[in-house]
Amino acid sequence: MNTGTVLDWLGAVALVAGALLSLVAGIGVLRFPDVLDRMHAATKPQVLGVLLLLVGLALRLRTPTDLGMILLVGVFQLATAPVAAQMIGRAAYRSGRVDRDLLDVDELADPGR
Amino acid sequence: MTPSPPPGRYGRWRDQAIALGWLIAVWNLLWGEVTWGNLVGGTLVGAAVLLFFPLPPVSFGGRLRPTALLVLAGTFVVELVSASVHVAAIAVRPGFRPRGAIIGVRLRVRSDLNLALTAELLSLVPGTLIVQVDRDAGVLYVHVLDVRVPQDLTGSRDRVLAVEERIVRAIGSDAELRLLSTDPADRRSET
Repeated sequence: MNTGTVLDWLGAVALVAGALLSLVAGIGVLRFPDVLDRMHAATKPQVLGVLLLLVGLALRLRTPTDLGMILLVGVFQLATAPVAAQMIGRAAYRSGRVDRDLLDVDELADPGR
Repeated sequence: MTPSPPPGRYGRWRDQAIALGWLIAVWNLLWGEVTWGNLVGGTLVGAAVLLFFPLPPVSFGGRLRPTALLVLAGTFVVELVSASVHVAAIAVRPGFRPRGAIIGVRLRVRSDLNLALTAELLSLVPGTLIVQVDRDAGVLYVHVLDVRVPQDLTGSRDRVLAVEERIVRAIGSDAELRLLSTDPADRRSET
């Protein structure tokens, strides 16, 4: 088995794993009861899913031009996903769309604790 | 927040030069090849971006420590994977409604750079998601997913501070590094 085949197989594994994680992230967004919980699903498995898909693509494509673009997509995914989740979570919190029954402790509402 | 010494003319120019270099690199990566045309074009576009969309100065006063950077990157990958597995497991467990909490954690190093980086990384490590940043007080408000016992909150608090510590160890200045060992007396609500 030559190196190209090995890389292709590794790439295939990464692509499938990334796709599965993205699927689970989607299920999480659908099933979680609250905006803030959903943002957990929209950040962690989603980001790792995209990163795995990118790794899979990089292993399959293997040309410098594509690798540069893939690197950029990965960097911006890492940098923007938490910011987007924070903006949505913050907006939801401030407009009172957070289900307080699901919160055990809320030090943001009650800083004196 | 601790007022950092006002950046001198040199520091400001250095920050701008780094930003310009990064924008030129992005421009070349977007075009997919490094040519003289792309370098000139990137310089023009980057200069225009810096001129028309100025950002508040975020000066980097520390120094890079390669070993600590590797620790930061390695731990981050491990934590991102375990966080994904954790959330994925909750997402597919039938009939499970996770309990949550919002806790405020006071950081020890209150520079803008440290606040921003810690907030970014927190959203990608297990159990925590940034909701609100109190920049003046240096407090991050963090949503914790899947709280079962009160000890989980203490664990999350420690995890936030651990993330901060790894960042400061990787890129902080020596003075900031010393701040880590001083535990602030007014750390909020020891649960």
